[in-house]
Amino acid sequence: MSTRGDSGNHGAFVLRLADSNLVLAQRLGEWIGHAPALEEDLGLANTALDLLGQARLLLTYAGALEGRGRDEDALAYLREEGEYLNCALAEQPNGDFGDTLARQFLFDAWQLPLYERLASSRDPQLAAIAARGVKEARYHLRYSSGWVVRLGDGTAESHGRVQGSLERLWPYTAELFDADDIDRAMQVAGIGVDLGAVRVDWEQTVAAVLAEATLARPGDRPWHWYGKRGEHGEHLGHMLAQMQALQRAHPGARW
Amino acid sequence: MNALVESDVRLRLADVPDPEIPVLSLVDLGLVRHVRITEGGTVEVGISPTYSGCPATSFIKSSVEAALRRGGYPAIRVVDVLAPPWTTDWITPEGRRKLREFGIAPPLAGPVSCPRCGSPDTVLLSEFGSTPCKALHRCTRCLEPFDRFKCL
Repeated sequence: MSTRGDSGNHGAFVLRLADSNLVLAQRLGEWIGHAPALEEDLGLANTALDLLGQARLLLTYAGALEGRGRDEDALAYLREEGEYLNCALAEQPNGDFGDTLARQFLFDAWQLPLYERLASSRDPQLAAIAARGVKEARYHLRYSSGWVVRLGDGTAESHGRVQGSLERLWPYTAELFDADDIDRAMQVAGIGVDLGAVRVDWEQTVAAVLAEATLARPGDRPWHWYGKRGEHGEHLGHMLAQMQALQRAHPGARW
Repeated sequence: MNALVESDVRLRLADVPDPEIPVLSLVDLGLVRHVRITEGGTVEVGISPTYSGCPATSFIKSSVEAALRRGGYPAIRVVDVLAPPWTTDWITPEGRRKLREFGIAPPLAGPVSCPRCGSPDTVLLSEFGSTPCKALHRCTRCLEPFDRFKCL
């Protein structure tokens, strides 16, 4: 990875952020028309719109850094699964409403402290996108943590199910804080952030919300999954097949 | 000359409505960052995008272009200004008044007052409302539900 050079690292770093947002936005979009109440339908769709809006700016920027003339659409619709650099957490299937909100909570609790730090990145474009994203991430976290508390501290049924959601999703959180060559190079360059510091904030948020929700923090497991290196499970390919079907069948199609 | 052009452009932008909340203009919303005339005579307008998820962003840009074209400006460029990020604090006092009259509680810190009866006794129904910029509340006095412009 270190052979990419700084500009390659920079592009990959931005693409990871873009892809995590894009993939999670697409997942949340699958709920439209299916959420348990109209308010939740709106909540999930609006969160998806924010993430997608951030993803569009990040994809455009990643394309510019790459310098091969790929725009946001080319990057979103014409890359294969192995070229996607999203965190594996984002691609996990929606499951039930509790699974989706647990995934959202673990993600939001990471994205907020990440954006707070990226807002003072030496890269002005990234700093601008993150500074705007901070307020949105804070709003998303309030929504998702509210639901984790309601489900965890709800009935025996909802408590047991959302505890199960956390157990299943937990292993996918490890890569969020496990800095690799790209993360380290970007941190040294003043573009990226200290993921260890992000983790401290994440752990605090998670501990506080799980305590209020009467849920237990799952134990760390030895296996890690690195979506950010293009290693994906079986689910992403199916999601992309649906998301990309139109552009694959009718290249260049426009509204 | 440039000052005249700039003030004419700003006047025209004050007539461009927001596509979602048409009682507000782009100027009321505090979206216009700068108006510049380049050496080549192109009118450049800097616009702050609002919420990342706002689907109206590209429509707003094309509305600006259309309004200035109608005003006789042949060369127009609309650019996004990301930093500093737009905040609801930039909505003008006039904009807040228009929002309230339109039935939307403006984004002010503190208790949310009902835009219909003015009562401060209101409850949040949903963090997310009919558009990305609004949340849904209800007045516990007149019992009417209403939108509130989210503080951002």
